[in-house]
Formats: sequence, C-alpha cells, structure tokens
Amino acid sequence: MKPAPFAYRDPDSVDEVLALLAEHGDDAKLLAGGQSLGPMLNMRVVSPEFIVDLNRVKALSRRGTSADGGFAIGALVRQAELEDDPAFAVAQPLAAAALPWIAHRPIRNRGTVAGSLVHADPAAEWGGIILALDARLAIRRAGAPPREVEAENFFTGILETAVEAEDLLAEIRLPPWPDGARWGFREFARRRGDFALAGVACRFEVDGAGRCRSVRIGLVGVGDTAVRARLAESVLEGEPPGAELFAAAAAAVGKEVEPLDDGHASAAYRRHLAEVVVADALAEAWEQDGRDEG
Amino acid sequence: MNELREVAVTVNGTVYDERVEPRLTLADFLRHSLGLTGTHVGCEHGVCGCCTVRLDGAAVRSCILFAVQVDGHRIETVEGLADGESLHPLQEAFSDHGALQCGFCTPGFLMTAIEFLERNPEPDEDAVRDALSGSLCRCTGYQSIVAAVLDAASRLRQGA
Repeated sequence: MKPAPFAYRDPDSVDEVLALLAEHGDDAKLLAGGQSLGPMLNMRVVSPEFIVDLNRVKALSRRGTSADGGFAIGALVRQAELEDDPAFAVAQPLAAAALPWIAHRPIRNRGTVAGSLVHADPAAEWGGIILALDARLAIRRAGAPPREVEAENFFTGILETAVEAEDLLAEIRLPPWPDGARWGFREFARRRGDFALAGVACRFEVDGAGRCRSVRIGLVGVGDTAVRARLAESVLEGEPPGAELFAAAAAAVGKEVEPLDDGHASAAYRRHLAEVVVADALAEAWEQDGRDEG
Repeated sequence: MNELREVAVTVNGTVYDERVEPRLTLADFLRHSLGLTGTHVGCEHGVCGCCTVRLDGAAVRSCILFAVQVDGHRIETVEGLADGESLHPLQEAFSDHGALQCGFCTPGFLMTAIEFLERNPEPDEDAVRDALSGSLCRCTGYQSIVAAVLDAASRLRQGA
C-alpha cells in the first residue's frame, strides 16, 4: 500500500506541463487533486515513471463567468470551491445541487472537477452533469492548437476519455444556463458518499406551447461510461410534461441502458434504479417554477 | 528515481525542514519523519478517514497526498488541538459522551468535525451525520460521536 518510486515534477506554467507530457507521455501521470490517482498509486494499480503535479500552475485555478456568459472551471478548481461559491449556485444550479453528493467533504476539499472527469469512473456525478449541460471540454497539447470536445464525445470507454497521454484537460466550459430551464439530480448509493449504483442529471425547457424542449438526461453508474438516455429524451421531446410522460421516459431508460453485473449490484437492480432516479429527477424538475436568472 | 526533495512545512505552528522521497505520503511523513503519530493510517486509499488532517485549513486525507506537495503550506494535526494539558472543547465533548472506544479513528473524526464546525457553527443532526459520513468507526455505532459533535457545537458557540 505504498506507491512505487516515481520522479516528481511540479512545473508552474501550462507550457511546462505540456512540454513534460510531450516528452514523457505514457510514462507520466498528471496529479491534480489526487483523490483517484492517490489510491491507484498506493495500490500500485498504476506506477508511472513521472508524476507531473499541476498544483503550482496558478492559471489552472481560475473559475468564473466566461465571455459567453457560461461558467468556466479550470483544471485545478476543487469541488469544494464550487460548493462554497454562491455565484456558481446561481449560474449553474444543477451542478451546484449535485456537488454535495460527490464523495465526502475532505475528498471535495482536494478533488478537482477535471480530475474526476479524466479518471472517468462511470458512476462519477460529473459525467452525468456535463452530458446534461452540453458542456465543452478544453484540451491542450504541446505543438497543437487548443481543441474543444463536446461532452457527448468525451467518454470513450471504461475509465477512458478523449484526453490522451500527451493531453491536459485545461478547462470545463459550462454553457450559459437557459432562461427558465428546469433540472433534476438524483442518485442512489448504499452509503452516503459512495459512488452511485445509478444516478441522473437532467434538464429541459418548456416552450410557449407547454411542451418539453432541449431535453438532456445524463446517466451515471449504469454502463461503461456516463451516457445520455437518448431514447428517454426522445420520448419527452415535444410532449407536454406530466406524470404519465415521465413514467414513459423512465420505462425507456430501462430499455436503453446496459448496466453491468458487479459485486455492488446486479444489472437488473441497476436498471430498476435507473428508472426510479429518472422518474424522480424529472418530477423534481417539473415541480420547479423555472428560473429566469442565469 | 530516488531523488530527494526539500520540504519546508509548518505543522501545528512549528516549521519543519526535511528531505523526502517524492512517493512519501503526507501521513507517513507526519508519523515517521516528524514523529507525530496522532495521525492514524487505516485504509491507505482515502476511504476510512482516519488520516484526516488540515491543509491550509481544509480537512484532507493525508494518505493520498504526498509530503512534497505541502512544501510552503500549513498543516494541523490532532496534536495541535489541545492547549497544553487542557483539551479542546471538541475533545472534551468526545470524552464526556464516550465518543471513542479503541480510539483509532478518533483523530480523523476530530479533524473532520472541527473544520465542519467552523463552516457550520449551528448544525443539526442530519448535517453532522453528513459531515462525518466520510469517516468510519467500527466501535461506537456513531451515536455518541454525533452527540459529541452537536454538544461541541453548542460549547463552542458559548465560547467554552
């Protein structure tokens, strides 16, 4: 339970980080909050030759309103910083409501949003959040122009993302909150703070004719990666919201998800939970008045 | 690979200057390099909460931080809670309520709870249970720990 030896680098600029990644690539691991990497190092699930610690790169700690009115979260922004930021709760109510569900406060004090996303545990809350919010992920690499990946293209497999060995996930970009959008967040875990057996972040708008629009349902814990519940979204899109419609959407979720059997829960149980959390989150969203600020 | 790095860190108000291997965890640094064995090491992967200390005020797991990372920072451990022979009000409350039996998890509970009470001076029971949910105790059943933290909150509000 002690890490294998590694060489430690703690650069203080993004350029230096990218240069180290270009040089060492697969032999290096980036260290942000270390709340996923630390345990993997201790258990020697990974034993990289180099650890590149981001914690001295001040530019990566930025958070706040971006030029387009959205909210930008730098690679070093800790979960607890967002949890304690009243401006974040106003700008991004769905993500703010999900934050207390992420592990425990001492983990959130250190753990970062970017680190959680790049680790890509399929049950991690942020996977569902970025899918529900149509977030964009800003990725940097030495010698290449900065690129943006859409949330729906971010997760590529179990514990795998569009961020490759030479890449730095520099910023998470949450688009401006749509006026009047309604949202819900639900998850079920056996113990407080555990990874969810199933969880959901959802958002939709209701148009002038009283129909659901721009429906997004991001599921976690029910497959190899966080996934959009596209069948359920299509059940809701363009229809007037209500209990019957939500029940139909939840049933669609049960049909489309492909959960895994594992030591924590059977696939059938996870599928059942996915239906329950989706029905509850949609009802939660519908009970809101819809917000105008953003 | 076995390069040593200089670490200058303030622990409980005392400045320490040590040379460490990068892979040395903060928990092992506190215990083995500084002899501060009040911080306990349980699961060594951030789950049990026994090793919780404060880093620049924030409660963190010292088993999944590296000593090299706290260079230039401020750490508080359980050894820094009491003022000489007089216990901190939170420690007194733990003692009065029997909030510990074997005591192995206690340092982590104390360091977690004290940070929580600074952020939430008037918590209800649900908030306390949520705040402590990341710390595991195999002896008490938690009832007495929750009671002690609630009592400590009221003692601290009265300036005890």
